[in-house]
Amino acid sequence: MSKRVAIVGIGTTGFRATTPDVSYRELTYEAAMKAYLDAGVEPKDIDSFVATSEDFFEGYSIADEYSPDQLGAVLRPIYTISGDFIHSLASAYMMILSGIGPISVAQGMSKASNMLTLSEMVTFAMDPIYNRPLKESPHAVSGMEMARFMYETGTTREQCAKVVVKNKRNALNNPYAGHGVLIDTDYVLNSEVISYPLTQMDISPHSDGAVVVVLAEEETAKALCDKPIWIRGIGWCSDTPGLETRNWAEAIYAQMAAEMAYKMAGIRYPRKEIDFAEINDEFSYKELQHLEAMRICKKGEAGPLTEIGGTEITGEFPVNPSGGCLGVGNLYELNGGHKVFEVVRQLRGEAGKNQLKNVTTGLAQSWRGIPTTTGTVVILSN
Amino acid sequence: MEITKKMVEKTATKLSAEEILGGKVLSVKWEPKLKYAWDNGPAIGRYLAELKNGKIIAKKCDKCHRIMIPPRMFCELCWVPTGEWVYVKDTGIVNTWIVGYVDWKAKRLDIKGGVRPITPGIIEIDGASKGMGILHHLGEVDPWKIHRSMKVKAVWKPPEERTGSITDIKYFKPTK
Repeated sequence: MSKRVAIVGIGTTGFRATTPDVSYRELTYEAAMKAYLDAGVEPKDIDSFVATSEDFFEGYSIADEYSPDQLGAVLRPIYTISGDFIHSLASAYMMILSGIGPISVAQGMSKASNMLTLSEMVTFAMDPIYNRPLKESPHAVSGMEMARFMYETGTTREQCAKVVVKNKRNALNNPYAGHGVLIDTDYVLNSEVISYPLTQMDISPHSDGAVVVVLAEEETAKALCDKPIWIRGIGWCSDTPGLETRNWAEAIYAQMAAEMAYKMAGIRYPRKEIDFAEINDEFSYKELQHLEAMRICKKGEAGPLTEIGGTEITGEFPVNPSGGCLGVGNLYELNGGHKVFEVVRQLRGEAGKNQLKNVTTGLAQSWRGIPTTTGTVVILSN
Repeated sequence: MEITKKMVEKTATKLSAEEILGGKVLSVKWEPKLKYAWDNGPAIGRYLAELKNGKIIAKKCDKCHRIMIPPRMFCELCWVPTGEWVYVKDTGIVNTWIVGYVDWKAKRLDIKGGVRPITPGIIEIDGASKGMGILHHLGEVDPWKIHRSMKVKAVWKPPEERTGSITDIKYFKPTK
């Protein structure tokens, strides 16, 4: 790679189950102000903007047209990606590499609390001819995937429950997290069955919030800040959408996205060369499945590693020290934004009580949720 | 290659509306239930509350001095929080408008049968900065007599019927 690009500014509102005091405009405005202040830039200094939104989640068709105002991007180069935040980050990264200008911005926002018929909206994402007439709950999909993953890897419900306990406890020490709580594995195992083996506590509750990230090419980055966080590798991938034909045990999309990012970063042994990860745990088993897909664990190893505390903040390979989706909340298209925000905080040494010691490289991974098979990965170093 | 009528007749199967509606064609129907409850935030929230009071409120940018309607918490051009709330008038001038023969669902209106064409327009509100206004309907006026910069005034619903919505104003009518 000829040019290096760094994250030079991050801003967020924090993440809460509801945000009745602000509209989506003020939500992003707050995150953008903080990110620009953090980077020491003003909107006029920014060469291009990439926003993230999903029309059905926003409740507007062509929701992207409502992106410019709150980013300071009126009459400026901006477009919106209907995908995960990390797709937008990749796009903002490419803006710099392609010579559009030295500074770009990626934005994401969640107003999940405003969606009153969330389950219907997710069902609406299923194939209208093959799947929708059967009227399955979205959690039928996650339950079936969990069952097949457990069968093929020997993972237990207890190990999945341990993920929930760990992440919700980590969230208690994260001032930005909205769903921290101290519980034990029995509490998770005995919570209401949704689609066995999936229980209520295996599912991450939704959250509102916004994240804005400022990127800059090497020279600008060094001039702007003392702690640039370098993008070393980035990848994204989508599997076939069919529920009937996908691989139900393995997250191939995460594997391919990670391999793309590893290749760019020159990483051969992710477990050794990466210090920690913020990865998608929208459902408890997803953390384990994604760890194995990205070669951080061998097949069937993520559960036992979690069981012995290997993925705790004090463990050998900390996973979701922020509290993950289970502790912070499911942010839909913003999920990747929260992951990136947290990896940057850790690499800067700004993660407070959850700060990991001596970390130089972190991985942020996201997934677009039920019923998708799309994943994104970014590797960051300080 | 030109597609001839003969080619179409040879290769295509014509379907009538009766065949489709009568269920003789394989089809799938799905009515999504998409419901939202958007948080207004302070700007939209107060704007709607003031409409319920029969008033139109704007917000001022202390940097570019624009008086903005609908009000907003930050100026999208200056990138600063907005300042004071300012009541503006419920009168204004027509910026642009149409004489519409189809409704919002693209259904043809029975104009020949005596239905009045619909006449939405952009009304620049008196007291707000130039170019700031409200999209609304024009009423109590011959559709063909509406003209650019025509002076208009809001016709409000009675207070007990107002709900805190843009429809608390019924329409704008010409002022004498």
